[in-house]
Amino acid sequence: MIRRHRNHPGFWAFALHRVSGLALVLFLPFHFLVLGLALEHEAALDGFLTWSQTPPVKLAEAGLVILLAAHLTGGLRLLALEFLPWREGQKTLIGLAAGLAFAAGALFLLNAA
Amino acid sequence: MHQSSDHQSGMGAMAPKAPQHQEATPSGRLAVEIWRGSRDGTFRPYDVPHHANQTVLDVVTWVQRHLEPSLAYRFACRVGMCGSCAMTVNGRPRWTCRTHVSRVARGGRLKIAPLGNLPVIRDLVTDMAPFFEKWQRAEGRFAPTLTRHDPPAAVRPESRARQAADAGIECINCGVCTAACDVVRWNPDYLGPAALNRAWTLVNDTRDGAHGARLKAVAGDAGCHNCHSHQSCAEHCPKGLNPTAAIAGLKRMTLMALLMGQL
Amino acid sequence: MDARLSLLQRLSALILAPLVLVHLGLIVTAVGDSLGAAEILARTRGSFLWGGFYGLFVIAVAIHGPIGLRTILGELTPWRGRGLDLAMVLFALLLLGLGLRAVAAVVLP
Repeated sequence: MIRRHRNHPGFWAFALHRVSGLALVLFLPFHFLVLGLALEHEAALDGFLTWSQTPPVKLAEAGLVILLAAHLTGGLRLLALEFLPWREGQKTLIGLAAGLAFAAGALFLLNAA
Repeated sequence: MHQSSDHQSGMGAMAPKAPQHQEATPSGRLAVEIWRGSRDGTFRPYDVPHHANQTVLDVVTWVQRHLEPSLAYRFACRVGMCGSCAMTVNGRPRWTCRTHVSRVARGGRLKIAPLGNLPVIRDLVTDMAPFFEKWQRAEGRFAPTLTRHDPPAAVRPESRARQAADAGIECINCGVCTAACDVVRWNPDYLGPAALNRAWTLVNDTRDGAHGARLKAVAGDAGCHNCHSHQSCAEHCPKGLNPTAAIAGLKRMTLMALLMGQL
Repeated sequence: MDARLSLLQRLSALILAPLVLVHLGLIVTAVGDSLGAAEILARTRGSFLWGGFYGLFVIAVAIHGPIGLRTILGELTPWRGRGLDLAMVLFALLLLGLGLRAVAAVVLP
């Protein structure tokens, strides 16, 4: 399914950055709408927040945290690639490592709740 | 056939072997699919003898000579210097004269298609005109500033600019990087890694006089900022060049020019 | 994507990076301390700091998000040109409007 010539880390880093960015930007309007409920519809906000305690929603929230962390670290990797002196391959490794560490840490801490 | 030369000493010396005739001892068969047609077409199957030290170009040539006289394909030097034989082999753009069958044919299967991201004239022959048009649109031409009456330009080879230029000037316009680039596929206007790599070598050339026009050309909507740093170009370049790094340099330069009001 | 849009994208990214780090830290802290909505809102209501922080966050994201979406749509769908640009400006205004409203919702006393 994935074309042969794309099977390398630089492409996977791009794919993760694009997918996470798309998910986050589509999620945002809903996030803002829910927060906006605090204005006049506190009861609705409470109801929503009760619903959001359920495991599937908690899982989705953890997913969003991971996507945000991944998009941030991927973006920092890109800025490093473009603006810092090139050292082949190292930057991708650093980016991957940082992203994984970040995501793992966030997930762990969320689970600790 | 030469016998021993002066520094060889009789029975212990190695006499040169007789050259092996390629047709002599096939070591199996290959199931080869080759694109036939132009944009519309199909992969046709061919049964090809497999030899040791066989390249994909050898396979294509064998098919044209023995099975399909009307097969259209390009090659020239056959030894990895000209870049004419670039095709898509099992999904990856490569020089077929430098691709050993044994390294790419999984289970004796080969799929050979024309180079990607270019119009197909026929079979394995692509129209390279769009590739070279992008070269021109990126101002990939040297603009001289001196004449023969001036003393030769003094260029310090160890300067950062010259090293940046030297890192990219070995490009022979084979088209592999542009075929590998996803952004070229998604955005037909995108100038592409080869043209932008050339532009980078020229913006680093202290003798060149078209700096302003070139920066404008690569800063536009079809220019360097479309690159997402997949680095497929660097992965596939048969000369080991790194167009992504060159494009990153262009991004820095154009952003600086924009901030200084020069664009 | 030309140099101008790229500059906006990168500048907004540089602003977002520290803000996102703080936001992630807040989420993790809030979850770790099991803070409920009432407790969180008690801390944000009437706060210039949180108003400024999230106000800046919303403005930066309203620039950064639509530029990225424009690239994705322009590359992976046939949609491009003036029509797409207009749609992205409208999306930016939507994010700005909903976002500042959300900031007001959690910050106004």
